[in-house]
Amino acid sequence: MAYAGSDRAGRPGDVPVAIKILIAGGFGVGKTTLVGSVTEIRPLHTEEPLSAPGTHLDILDGVERKTTTTVALDFGRITIRDNLVIYLFGTPGQERFWFMWDELARGALGAIVLADTRRLADSFPSVDYFEQRAMPFVVAVNCFDGARRYRGRDVRSALDLDPEIPVIMCGARSPASGRDVLVALVEHALCQLGDRPGQAAPVPVR
Amino acid sequence: MPSPHDSWLDEEAGPVVRPYALIRGRTRPTGESLDLIALVTAIRGVRPDPFDLDPEHFELLRLCHLPASVADLAADLNLPLGVVRILLSDLRDRGLIRIHHPVPPARLADPRVLREVVDGLRRL
Repeated sequence: MAYAGSDRAGRPGDVPVAIKILIAGGFGVGKTTLVGSVTEIRPLHTEEPLSAPGTHLDILDGVERKTTTTVALDFGRITIRDNLVIYLFGTPGQERFWFMWDELARGALGAIVLADTRRLADSFPSVDYFEQRAMPFVVAVNCFDGARRYRGRDVRSALDLDPEIPVIMCGARSPASGRDVLVALVEHALCQLGDRPGQAAPVPVR
Repeated sequence: MPSPHDSWLDEEAGPVVRPYALIRGRTRPTGESLDLIALVTAIRGVRPDPFDLDPEHFELLRLCHLPASVADLAADLNLPLGVVRILLSDLRDRGLIRIHHPVPPARLADPRVLREVVDGLRRL
């Protein structure tokens, strides 16, 4: 992402460019682990007024007098070079924090939907969200120890994904694996943004 | 073990001053909204009035001596995002900071930047 007030975007070392990437998925699927594998996690807090537009009214059940709620986000930064930085934001896993997603998603390059094959249905809301907004995303299957292994095409079929959505097997604890998922997402976003596929010389990331 | 005198002030007790006391109960910043990855830079050569600003304002000015994102500043100050946005809008209203709003990726002038990202990630 370039910055307004300049027509010089893309010249190395000149205009600051920041890329925002979301890490989504169900509660406990390993989002924090994935962010932590590729960068140092810094806690980011937000106190949201419960009367904010888009807030689900049902979250007030039983806590009628509560006017704000504190949400903790995982936040990481990868510096590619001076003036070129990737920001990673882990989305809150619980559904009651959905109202935060629109802000997080605004201007994002794309998203990684982390999935656990034992609880694949937990990925549906994230997949739906990014599909509806036509935001580039990849599905990364976190291969937990002891979980039965599935093929990518089985996961694709179970999630009813379009053929162009990459499905990647990963180990969220491994920095190399986390990096491969990020590379797959940026390459996918490049294709979606109208760049000719193949120029970025994709490599298999299984 | 902490002494009985300071045991009220540990991290679990929360901040001594509630975050929203810092911003006097305000919940909305003035002016244009600040994206999480908007870059903030202190404008050099402008002297803030020390009686007009709180210590957190001065800390923010110090932290954005070089361009820093709103999310970075909130994490560095360990304050909620909403509070930091309001403190930043105070600084903007006083002409003490410059804010660079991000442009969506679809409008990125040069896709070579994204290829540079891919190459940079592979080198990690």
